[in-house]
Amino acid sequence: MLQTELRTLRQVRAPEGFAGRVLAAVGLVERYALVETPIGGVYVAWNEHGISAVMPSASESAFRRRFAERFERPAERGELPATLRRVIESGDAAEARRLRYDLRVCSEFETAVLRKALEIPRGQVRPYGWIAREIGRPKAVRAVGSALAKNPVPLLIPCHRVVRSDGTLGEYALGAPQKVTLLKGEGLDVARFEREGRAGIRFHGSATTKIFCLPSCSDMRRAKAQNVRTFRSEGEARDAGYRPCKHCRPVAA
Amino acid sequence: MTADDRVQSEVAAALGRDVDANFERLVTTYGDRVFAFVLNLVADRFVAEEIAQETFVAAYRALGGYAPPRRRALSIRAWLYTIALNRVRNRARAREFSASLSLDDALPVAADAREEPSAHAERAESAAELRAALLRLALRYRTPVVLRHIDGRSYAEIAEILDQPVGTVKANVHRGLALLQADYETRNHAAD
Ligand SMILES: [Zn+2]
Repeated sequence: MLQTELRTLRQVRAPEGFAGRVLAAVGLVERYALVETPIGGVYVAWNEHGISAVMPSASESAFRRRFAERFERPAERGELPATLRRVIESGDAAEARRLRYDLRVCSEFETAVLRKALEIPRGQVRPYGWIAREIGRPKAVRAVGSALAKNPVPLLIPCHRVVRSDGTLGEYALGAPQKVTLLKGEGLDVARFEREGRAGIRFHGSATTKIFCLPSCSDMRRAKAQNVRTFRSEGEARDAGYRPCKHCRPVAA
Repeated sequence: MTADDRVQSEVAAALGRDVDANFERLVTTYGDRVFAFVLNLVADRFVAEEIAQETFVAAYRALGGYAPPRRRALSIRAWLYTIALNRVRNRARAREFSASLSLDDALPVAADAREEPSAHAERAESAAELRAALLRLALRYRTPVVLRHIDGRSYAEIAEILDQPVGTVKANVHRGLALLQADYETRNHAAD
């Protein structure tokens, strides 16, 4: 039957790479640029959905290959938008929060973890368990670690500000030594953090305000050294008459 | 509302919000359909790809000039087909594609993994013959036949795409199909 035969002509696919060529033709192509950071040169890629990748690479060709492997699409060299350069160079958390990110490669859980990490201010750190609790998945501490390890946009989404609660800084998507360099560069007293962590100190409290915090909370930095108390547990802090800080939310509400 | 219509209104709503962020979705949703539509009109895969690409580029430019309410209200399928059709007509006027074509040019018939290569080749050959026959049909019959019997559009939607009364569309589909049948039979018999 002619009509049956005609219907078979419907089963046609556009040639391989058609969508990519159309997007390139209208200028919606993914771009990348090299940016200098405290841990060396990194490639930053962006598209119409936002910033899609931050990757250190030995060479441009290595970056292009890795990018294509991970995201299954090509990227072309472009000119870094001025705002993006400023945010990367300053490491300003408030500005980084205002940028748009293309997190389409992430699951819903991973996206929640990364969005939460974006809230951590420069120079401060939060334990993995803090993220898990804040996003309503208190038991998923390990999964938080894996989600951060897969962060497609490290540095901008500051997964380096998420640390272990035992006084070690833990893993980092771009390498553990780089994590130390970045946190020192942001003004965190890494030696003190490690020393106190090993000694089992979890919280700092201000004898003036009777409020206790995570050690790197900016509220605690304002307290005079002689007024700072240390606590090993929530119970110890509460028994001493201290209330948890509303900014760093050191314990479950 | 069919699943197809639901997808269409979702894409339109997304384009209403943000053209740049959702244009890729428009291309991946309708790329195959627009390409198939054009290929069935021009029977040349290179010309078809060129026209399909031009169609989406023109769509992108047009969307940039539409306010959000207009984008949300678009009947995207019909709108894309209209843009594609205008380009096919312009090329036809410029005689950029001829009624002669080789079997290789008309190749695209999706291969079934379980199918014998010889069976697929046979199917590709009959598809190519059918496309060649379509190409001998005047564009005013070819277009409504392709839209109705290959793409499966409703008469109302075809009327919208072609900007013709439904009665005219129905008449041209029937006339076109009859002409195609006659041509196809004559050729097949001549080959026997
Ligand atoms: Zn605090």
